[in-house]
Amino acid sequence: MNDHLLVIFPHPDDEAFGVSGTIAQHTKKGAPVTYICLTLGQMGRNMGNPPFATRESLPLIRQKELENACAAVGIKDLRQFGLRDKTVEFEDEKFLADQFLAVIEEVKPARLITFYPGYSVHPDHEATARAVVRAVKGMAEMERPELLCVAFAKNSEEDLGAPHIVTDVSDVFEDKMNCIKAHKSQTQWLVDRVEKEAGMMEWVKNERFWRYPL
Amino acid sequence: MQPIQPTDVQTALDQLIGKELYLHLETTNGAYANHNNDSVLTVNAYIRNGKVTPLSGKIMGSGPYRVGLKIELGWIYAEGLTHWEIDSQGRLLMAGHDQEGRLAVALQLSSSPFDV
Repeated sequence: MNDHLLVIFPHPDDEAFGVSGTIAQHTKKGAPVTYICLTLGQMGRNMGNPPFATRESLPLIRQKELENACAAVGIKDLRQFGLRDKTVEFEDEKFLADQFLAVIEEVKPARLITFYPGYSVHPDHEATARAVVRAVKGMAEMERPELLCVAFAKNSEEDLGAPHIVTDVSDVFEDKMNCIKAHKSQTQWLVDRVEKEAGMMEWVKNERFWRYPL
Repeated sequence: MQPIQPTDVQTALDQLIGKELYLHLETTNGAYANHNNDSVLTVNAYIRNGKVTPLSGKIMGSGPYRVGLKIELGWIYAEGLTHWEIDSQGRLLMAGHDQEGRLAVALQLSSSPFDV
């Protein structure tokens, strides 16, 4: 059986917090993972004090961080779509969905992970999620991958119920932390908190997904 | 980037007067501003590669600083600027960072288009 996992997110580091443990578990089994990352997170705000980056150098830094993060969890197939951070929702949704569909038809994933439409806060997350759903809905039912979504809006559990899948990723915790740490320009604050707060540690050790009703 | 030295920035601005330039102007409080605090409005404005020819330009204030550029039919300005540099491509980059090092405002001018 094809055990390919396809992950689609708009920003480098979107994979780190909620999914990189699942990715590491997958690649450790020898199963392939394809990661479509739409932008370079060019609009990130954290420049450091004193500043280590400018608006213009940030994408170059984040490109390297993304490559290191993929290496940390064994992703060998990274597809970058070259879009601009914060503009995804203004792109043509059908065009984006067709690009996703081309990759889905190529790698034939058993599972596809993205954000949950309506419950992922950032406009790029929402636009990505909508285009993924559109792409998958365009497929014959038998051909569709299982669609697993990450939701973190405040009303997620209230509206969607408890996550359908909670994966304990303790066995790959170090790989996951290395993935998070690879996105150093974005995640230093989180790394500090994980190392100090027990609650944060528990949050990182479990990954939560909702099946999207297609 | 370095903390703004207003006389140095003024010298850099003076060299751009009358030239056709590409403008990057943004201000943001972050895409998660409202998610993190219900009472805050998420706001962001963004122009990438506006084509402008400044007729004059001034830096004002005692830090954080304001920079205003007069153009043929109007004005461009940014407030809250704290840092600046001329980057390796000769572009004038100015930004305002808060205490945590987060960018809140940026005003940048270049003789060639910024990457998109």
